[in-house]
Amino acid sequence: MHTTSKLLVLVASLLFVALYFVPLWQITMLAPQYPEGIGLYIWINEISGMRPNNLESMNILNHYIGMKAIVPESIPELRIMPYIAGFFILSGLVVVLRKKRSLLTAWLILLVVTGSVGLVDYYLWGYDYGHNLDPNAAIKIPGMAYQPPLIGTKQILNFRATSLPHLGGYLYLASILLAAVAWYLDVKRDTRANSQQPASAIG
Amino acid sequence: MKTRRISNVGWSVVVLLLAGAFIWMGCPEKPALVTGEAAQAVYVPPGSYDEFYAFLSGGFSGQVSVYGLPSGRLLKIIPVFAVNAENGYGFSEETKPMLNTSSGFLPWDDSHHTVLSQTNGEADGKWLFINANNTPRVARIDLATFETVEMIEIPNSAGNHASPFTTENSEYIVASTRFGVPIPQADVPISTYKQNFRGTISFIGVDPKNGKMNVAFQIVVPGYNYDLASAGKGPSHGWAFFTSYNTEEAHTLLEVRASRNDKDFIAAVNWKVAEQYLKEGKGKKMAAEYYNNYRDHATRITTSEKRTSVTVLDPNACPGLIYFLPTPKSPHGVDVDPTGEYIAAGGKLAAVIPVHSFSKMLKAIENKEFETTINGIPVLKYEATIAGEVQNPGLGPLHTEFDGKGYAYTSHFISSEVVKWKIGTWEVVDRIPTYYSLGHIMIPGGNTRKPWGKYVVAMNKITKDRYLPTGPELAHAAQLIDITGDRMRLLLDFPTVGEPHYAQAIPAEKIMDKSVQIYKLEENKHPRATKKAEQARVVREGNIVRIYMTAVRSHFTPDNIEGIRIGDKVYFHVTNIEQEWDIPHGFTVKGSQNAELLLMAGETGTLVWEPKKVGVFPFYCTDFCSALHQEMQGYIRVSPAGSTVPLSFSTGKGE
Ligand SMILES: [Cu+2]
Repeated sequence: MHTTSKLLVLVASLLFVALYFVPLWQITMLAPQYPEGIGLYIWINEISGMRPNNLESMNILNHYIGMKAIVPESIPELRIMPYIAGFFILSGLVVVLRKKRSLLTAWLILLVVTGSVGLVDYYLWGYDYGHNLDPNAAIKIPGMAYQPPLIGTKQILNFRATSLPHLGGYLYLASILLAAVAWYLDVKRDTRANSQQPASAIG
Repeated sequence: MKTRRISNVGWSVVVLLLAGAFIWMGCPEKPALVTGEAAQAVYVPPGSYDEFYAFLSGGFSGQVSVYGLPSGRLLKIIPVFAVNAENGYGFSEETKPMLNTSSGFLPWDDSHHTVLSQTNGEADGKWLFINANNTPRVARIDLATFETVEMIEIPNSAGNHASPFTTENSEYIVASTRFGVPIPQADVPISTYKQNFRGTISFIGVDPKNGKMNVAFQIVVPGYNYDLASAGKGPSHGWAFFTSYNTEEAHTLLEVRASRNDKDFIAAVNWKVAEQYLKEGKGKKMAAEYYNNYRDHATRITTSEKRTSVTVLDPNACPGLIYFLPTPKSPHGVDVDPTGEYIAAGGKLAAVIPVHSFSKMLKAIENKEFETTINGIPVLKYEATIAGEVQNPGLGPLHTEFDGKGYAYTSHFISSEVVKWKIGTWEVVDRIPTYYSLGHIMIPGGNTRKPWGKYVVAMNKITKDRYLPTGPELAHAAQLIDITGDRMRLLLDFPTVGEPHYAQAIPAEKIMDKSVQIYKLEENKHPRATKKAEQARVVREGNIVRIYMTAVRSHFTPDNIEGIRIGDKVYFHVTNIEQEWDIPHGFTVKGSQNAELLLMAGETGTLVWEPKKVGVFPFYCTDFCSALHQEMQGYIRVSPAGSTVPLSFSTGKGE
């Protein structure tokens, strides 16, 4: 592995440190009664209100449609994700020190797979919250589900719900891109070196 | 035939005379021109904010109403001296003690003057003070919650009208006696007024950190009627000025007998000298009974504490403490200009507006230019203190406010107009009618060192033909007048709550960002708060039953309660466990003798209910809180005395 690639991987792995300090994802909802918006931040280890008490307010609103209360303590992913982030920091450093492309390849694949699993997991949670509703709910609309969009905006009754990565999500994406560039540069340099070798042999 | 012609001639003459009268008077004066431009000047588009908060006292309503200016939109009524069934003020256990006095619980008082707390002579937006006239008190409103948080009763007083004016850093809020009374109170013939009746001038200390009030000291003065006050500014900081009438000391038919003297007095009090005398121990402790009531932010509970003594200063023993400035004809208002040099008086029966000079007053004191001395109080010579007189301003001058640009504005009750005059030349430069019979006027900051001289608000007692008639009782009104140009311009006219006696206004940004949105549950220190629905419970202590209840959209916990008996005293301790702005819940129960509770997010309130009948009674939320507000209800079952129905409570059980 060459210096540029090593530097890129170093940065990519250190980006994960930031995930302990910024949210991964955000869900915001606007309604006539909530011109200022009400929203949630999803962090690697917790779910919090965009503003103080937004989580409590969201749960109060959701109980009308029979949605389960969002209780961060009962979501196992929030306990696992900090270790995953830690793993990517350490393993990234190992890749830098060992300088092996095979390790870099594996690291890149793991990054992509973990990210995808995370998105699928987020979708499944959203599906569960949006579909498994209390049959005794006050508000029941036949055929209506309340799943938030995976990414993008959707009108749900009086709410306009928007789901988008927060800074942490973008940093994760940046990490993948950096690792991919590092991998690409490394591969390109080697092929160039290989194609130059025969020429020099002839010369 | 002949007689008929004569009568025709007669009619013609009458008609001609009438027409002549109209021509002579000018056209009948119907409302000054209000143009589309004026509408634009006060138009605040839906969803936009006003530029100023205005706090209008309620006069006989006892409350404060908060308006936005320039739109004149009513934002809130703050209950102060009168119970307010609407939100349980004076009915809930947490608020009843606020209205406690040495005369017991008082459901009403009349209040006249709102005054904003000041720092360096400018309104700072921390607190609003207001007087109770009937049973003398001063209340303090916290402008973070727009709520009455403290009240202090003033001993040795009756008719606390000249109150609660503030010194430059709200070191003191002043008060005085409009009615002379025996001090201390005594069973004496009314005819012994001159021997036995006195007045007091009181200084209420304000803690700069938390606003807490105490009666710092009182000065015993002759039994005149002390009417209004104004504190010094800049060079005159350290002084306070009080008008008086009835220097004749009449005790009957005052409208004639108190109007005899050519001049009454402005009392000039040097409170820095008073502080010196207090330090020297010249203050006398006097037994007195009065109350100080304070509402704690964390518990939301008001405690009423009795005070038993007050410190009194006697002018005879304290030279230099107080002087009288002779001032024409029963002066009403007294107002110190923003520079602190001029003291304008409103001699309500006078043909001039006399303006005293503070620096001339100091010189006159130094040169001992005294006419006489009354009870140890030197009376200065009128010529020695007067700076100028505004000639022929109008009829019945009352109150003056300042625009900070060298002009003063004086209200005239009888001629019903605001008159603008120039400080220094004492010339009248403009006048504008109001509709009708105005008392105070208010310029935002017009009583401070830094007026925001954009508008004057005239407060009118009579509205007659101004609005659609509403039977014999008509609304009072306020009029918004633009004073940015050479000529005053009427912009807006709006009806008010009670009598808008005096007002204060302050730029919105000085207050709006500090506004409290919720009471944080984790900071709720009410001893009977229930912070989680799981902790809701009902507890019997003899014949007292305490219901610890939570309210959240859209149910109460518990909402089914049984085992109450006739003879029980039921305490509903309800906590609104919401933590969202503008989600209040109300609570009441059928047959409540105590109005209702209105609880803001995170707040605990207590309603006492003593059921008199056997049966099942509904309770419910009274503030439309949510789509299922109508479902926010429950039942409480009342059994006969001695019944064996066990105490039980639940939510969502059965079926
Ligand atoms: Cu409610």
